This record gives sequence, structure tokens and C-alpha cells, in this order.
Amino acid sequence: MRDFLAVGLPVVVIFALLPLIYANQLLLFNFVLFLILAQGLNAIYGFTGYLPFGYVGFFGAGAYGFALAVMHLAAPPGLALALAGLAAIVLAMILTPLLRLSGAYFAIANLAAAQAVYQVIANPALQEITKGPYGVSLASVFAPRLSYGAALLILAGVFALVAWLRHGRFGLALQAGRDDPVSAAMAGIPVVSARIIAWLISALIAGLAGGVFAWHISVFYPETAFDLSFSIFAIVFTLFGGAATLTGPIAGVLLLYGLYNLIGISVPQYFQLIYGALIVGLVLFLPRGLASLLQRRGIDVP
Amino acid sequence: MSPEPPPLLAVDRLVKRFGGFRALDGVSFSLKAGEVLGLVGPNGSGKTTCINTISGLYPPDGGAVRFAGERLGGLAPHRRARLGINRTFQSPRPFASLTVRQNVALAAAYGRRHGAGGTVSLAALLAMLELDHLADRRAEDLNSAQQKQLDLARALATGPRLLLVDELAAGLNPAELTRMAERLAALARDGMALLVVEHLLSFLDRLTDRVIVMNAGREIFEGTLAAATREPEVVRVFLGSDHAG
Repeated sequence: MRDFLAVGLPVVVIFALLPLIYANQLLLFNFVLFLILAQGLNAIYGFTGYLPFGYVGFFGAGAYGFALAVMHLAAPPGLALALAGLAAIVLAMILTPLLRLSGAYFAIANLAAAQAVYQVIANPALQEITKGPYGVSLASVFAPRLSYGAALLILAGVFALVAWLRHGRFGLALQAGRDDPVSAAMAGIPVVSARIIAWLISALIAGLAGGVFAWHISVFYPETAFDLSFSIFAIVFTLFGGAATLTGPIAGVLLLYGLYNLIGISVPQYFQLIYGALIVGLVLFLPRGLASLLQRRGIDVP
Repeated sequence: MSPEPPPLLAVDRLVKRFGGFRALDGVSFSLKAGEVLGLVGPNGSGKTTCINTISGLYPPDGGAVRFAGERLGGLAPHRRARLGINRTFQSPRPFASLTVRQNVALAAAYGRRHGAGGTVSLAALLAMLELDHLADRRAEDLNSAQQKQLDLARALATGPRLLLVDELAAGLNPAELTRMAERLAALARDGMALLVVEHLLSFLDRLTDRVIVMNAGREIFEGTLAAATREPEVVRVFLGSDHAG
């Protein structure tokens, strides 16, 4: 709770106020979106050690869950968001056996699964249901301010959740299982079922992010919603800042996504160079992220 | 005449194979509450495999483990912990990124045996294992002797009835050894059953006079430690055939 009040809530408040002085709402929305996604990835990677390269699969499932609910059920956005989260959870349940794998095998299998979901959604034969490769238009619910507000609410909830994972009994049990699954089991922790719960939570967060993304931009294609960049960005931001903390992924998003928008669009060639060098440097010298600079000195990073 | 109560732990013709290698080849023994049984033997004789099988890390390939009269079968380790079976590890396995206090508190929260009294508080447990001044340090910052104490503290936090101790003495200095032996002896006096795998026979000698000697997955001797050292078969597996006589 302390972490949430000290770190999470101020970030939410700042992003709630920024539209008053800054006109580019789509950019602000994208920041909020990546803040949500980075914490969602943090919930699974930071607390269990499983790195899901196919994380975008849950995001895409959420985006299409929202779109299908609006198109076929005429669902109001609130209900459509809930169904977006549900779609991601159902996908995560189907993919639960992947958790038997570990390390690179898990990452690759998860990536392949996300591709498979993309191929199903984008299949022209399903045009009647998903609009296939031609994309969806949700003009009837388009409401940029409202959807920005909804994204902020989701962000607040996600911050509170990660703060709870850091200090609550369940989150500590997850971290114990990540540090050593054998001795965690001997401490009475049901390691496998705890891990599955973290997996579903993480998927739910990505699903809600995908749903609110669909609502905000309202016109998109399968390759937009299943763009692998969502996975890569969420992973790089989280690792850069420091997983298993609340502050780390926030710092990662603000610094790296900020840098991306500062120079990535105007001078992409330099951006690629700097970005590449940053990632190589990170892996070589700071594998546990910026937060570890402080943690090494015995400072507890919230 | 009341019938003899069943032993707390009964291991019956236990078999564990790894590929074609029989790490445990029909081991049987039993252990009563408050009893200490030493398990000795050369490296690779199956001592740690025995502990791993009883604690549920490996499913057995044959035979049975009964605890308090119930057959454990393929019961998961975390459920065995809640029944009252716990252990330490040959090389300590702390939750490295958590604090000492969190390590022990998690075991108390998740692993506490049904019906275990809440008599020993977390603070008392940490004090007993000389970890109280380290309670808020990350486990990875502890030295290996302290991590062994932490392993034991975590196991005891679940309130076990059976404690499997895997080479706790290695790496402890003489003063630490003495205190550790006294601690384990006190646990046994309070009714805990202990199965102690140990190379350091002088440490074992302070705890029990009943040992099993294992070689190549089989039990080759059961009796007192003193008698074991006079048994030609035991001398042969430890020192080579030249010394048997």
C-alpha cells in the first residue's frame, strides 16, 4: 500500500492532469498503455521468472475481445472491456500447459502461440466474425477522453496489484518459487498453482490493455493488435528499469518510450543505434535493471 | 496390553531408478517419534536420494513410504510439508532475494502442519538459530553457515514431526557444530523424529547410537555406530578391501 501511495498514485495523477497542458492525447495514451503492459509483464516475469515473448497474444485477444463484443453484442464499452479481459484469461487458460516449459523453450512456445492466435483472427475465412485481415472499425463507441480515463483506472488497479505482489503473502510465495521452486515446495507453497494464478493475472492485465487500446483508437487491423513490438517494448522497458519492483518498469517506460518519441520518429537511424547500444549495455552490465544500481547499495527500491 | 503404535515413518523396500541406475534398491527402515536415525555411506550410496524420495521430490519406482500409518504414494512435496515432513538441503537453498524473516514467515504461513501448536514464535525461532540480528537481511547476503541455519529455521517453522537432515555439519566450525548437535538433540527430546544423513561421524555420534550404513542403494548394516566401525563389510565400502579383516 505504501508503494502504491508513494509511487503508483502520483504517476496516475500526473497522467490524469497532463491532458490539461499537453495536447497530444494519443501520445499520452500510449504512455499509459505501456505503463500498464510493462507492469503486466512484470507480474509474470518479475515474480515467477517466466519471460513471455508472446505477451502480445493476450493484448491482441483483449483488443479483439473488445471489438467482437461491440460489433456482435452491441456491448457498452465497460462490458466490452470486461469481456476483453475474459478473452485474455481464456487464452491464458488454454496456454497453461506452456508453464511446464522453462527458459527459452517457454519464450519460444509462447511466441508461437501468439502467432497462431493472430493467424486465426486474420484468416479471411472468418471475415464474418473478425473481419479477417480487413480490420475493425468501432466508430459507434469512439470516445477518446472516456477511454483515456478508463486506461488510467486500469493503470491504478495494476499499480495497486503489483504493490500487493511485492509485499503480500501471495506475491512473496511467488518470489520464493522463482528463487527456488524445490525449497518453496518444502515450505508448503503450492508452486505450480501459484504460478498459474500469476499467469492468469498477467494475461488479464494485457487483455484489459488491449481492450482499452481498441476502444481508444477504434480502427485497427490484426497486425496492429498483434504487433510483436508490444511484447518487445514491454519486455525491454521492464528489464531496463528492473523487474519485481513497482518503480523499475515505470522508469523504463518513461525513459525509453520517452527517448523513442524524442528521437525515434525524427531521426530513426540514430534512435536504432542508441536503442541497440542501450539494450546491449543493459544485458552486459545491468542484467537486473536500473533498480539494481540502488539495490546493490542496500537501498530498497519500491 | 496395548498394541505397539505404528512407527511415524516406515520405509518399505523403496526403489528409485535413474535410467538403468538403481539409486535405491529396496531400502527398508522405520523411525519412531523422538528417535534419531543416522544414515551413512560413501558418496553415491543413495542417502540423499532416500531423503528426496521421502520428501516427495522424486516419485518412488517401487516400495512404499508410510507416514503416521498412511501411504504417501505420489503426494506432492508441499502437501507432505503440511503433513509434518520437512528437510534441510545439502547445499542450502534459501529464497535468495527475500529477507531472512520473509523466508521463515512464508514457511510458517504456507507449510504449517495442521494441529501444530503455535508455541514457537517466529522471533524465538530466529533467536534459537542465531539469525535474529540478520532478520532483515536478504538471504543471498548470508554466509553458507548462516544459510544452513536458515534452511533449518525454515523447516522448523512448519512444525514438522519428521525432520530429514542432509549433511548439516559440513562447513560448520567446532563451536557451531556443538550448538547444532545440542539443538537437534533437543528437538528429538521434544518428540521430533530425525533422519540424519552425515559424513561427520563424530557429529552423528552425539545425536544417536542407531545408524544405517548404505552402499550402492542397499542397506548393508543397521546397529550402533560403534558396531558399524567394527563390521568388515562397512570398513570395506568406506576404506577399500585391503582394510577389511
